Amino acid sequence: MNLQNILSEIEKVDGEIFDRLAHVSRRGLFSSLTKKTIAVAAPAVMASALTSAYGQASGLPQGVKDVLNFALTLEYLEFRFYDAGRNLSMIPNNYKAAFELIRQHEQVHVRLLKSVLGAEAVAEPKFDFTAKGTFNDVFSNFATFSAVAQTLEDTGVRAYKGQAGNLMPAPAILQVALQIHATEAAHAANVRYMRGQKGWITGGTAALQGLPLVVEGNYKGEENLTQAGVNLATALAGDSRVTADMVSQAFDEILTKEDVLKLVTPFLA
Amino acid sequence: MENVTNRPETTTSEAAASRRSFLRVAGAAAVTGGLLTACSNADQTSVVPASGARAAGPMVALPTGDNGILGFAYVLEQLEAAFYEMVLAKPYPNMSSADQMLWTDIRGHEIIHRALFKAAVGALVPQLTFDFSSIDFNSRASVLIAAETFEKVGVGAYNGAGKYIKNADYLTLAGKIVSVETRHHSILREMQYPYSDAFAGPTIVTSDTGLHLAYEPTYVLPIAQKYIFETIDASALVASLA
Repeated sequence: MNLQNILSEIEKVDGEIFDRLAHVSRRGLFSSLTKKTIAVAAPAVMASALTSAYGQASGLPQGVKDVLNFALTLEYLEFRFYDAGRNLSMIPNNYKAAFELIRQHEQVHVRLLKSVLGAEAVAEPKFDFTAKGTFNDVFSNFATFSAVAQTLEDTGVRAYKGQAGNLMPAPAILQVALQIHATEAAHAANVRYMRGQKGWITGGTAALQGLPLVVEGNYKGEENLTQAGVNLATALAGDSRVTADMVSQAFDEILTKEDVLKLVTPFLA
Repeated sequence: MENVTNRPETTTSEAAASRRSFLRVAGAAAVTGGLLTACSNADQTSVVPASGARAAGPMVALPTGDNGILGFAYVLEQLEAAFYEMVLAKPYPNMSSADQMLWTDIRGHEIIHRALFKAAVGALVPQLTFDFSSIDFNSRASVLIAAETFEKVGVGAYNGAGKYIKNADYLTLAGKIVSVETRHHSILREMQYPYSDAFAGPTIVTSDTGLHLAYEPTYVLPIAQKYIFETIDASALVASLA
């Protein structure tokens, strides 16, 4: 496949990604288009650019489609959660803008992934955000709402990260997935911060994130101190500026698809 | 102790020696082009640039392929770690305990990332020498802006380089790091623009597709180069990525 062509296709149709990629010399391409006209059709046209190397969505490698449908399922979940909480009075005014932005991001993630998958996109499931009675006040008590939001975002980061390797056959889609992954991480840090938590994950228990034991599994493994075979807490034991907590914070760990599906099952109606 | 050129005089003699060595090698000609324009610290040489760019430092050629991408990441992690070392070596006036905790955490993370890449490619890419004299470490606002810029470049760099990585384990490792850099960036934005959507607003995340930053290595390196004494040569790396 010709990656460069695909990237330039994306730039041609997406006025904002053009800015991100900073190929300033291509600015002239946009002289006759306003950002607004570009933006309306962006998810669909970008999806077309992403699949053009494969003819259409059905030409994508099966492993890639599986990842995208998995991601779509998680994005449906997140979008419906924030949409149900949209502008509810229980959200403090200070945080309304943040939650509205997050809602919009999840909405366009859904649109983008559906566009890429076309007819092969999985249908949206029905959700139960009380998780079968665990979070009964999720849309009336901000403490519960923000705790569920943090859990969903931190878990989303881990879920995308776990699939990166499966997207290697489709580099342009891999890059988009990494960019979505980063968006989820930006959300996660902000929600954590508003809850009085650090923006980064310390250790591997729910309690350490100010969360109830019921979401313990969402953080399991985050206590890891060894990367690429190097125990970094041991390696840096002589450096007083570094603690084991920091080593666990410095890397977000993956979750497998099976782990994630198990964790989100309580939210399926 | 890393090679940071404008450490305060109160740091170790090793760093001071390193700084003197840098100044001797680089000379006044090195300190030009917008550097040192906003500095008031006694130990920083205020040299008004005569003209032109600063003299080129020794060439550091990045390896090719995955080693080159890891080397590229090592360059950026060295830059970040050295920057946060400076922030805490020269704390701005009245740094709150909350701020100090934040900088201490982020510094720790970047030191850890740097140590990991040093273990991976330290034999191929040397420790670099940094010059942050263009940053006013006495100003909280300036430090926040610089930190946010470094984190933004880091996030974009990892997101843009991921597709070039051939080894799946390295890709996962990059993924484990980029989300933490993004967390840093998000919090730094929140500190600058509290209670807003600036942490992921339209200058950061595309509003029509929800995508965070992605930068090509050729876009990132010139930004990083401004703070690095050595000249980073990525031509072989870039050629190997086609």
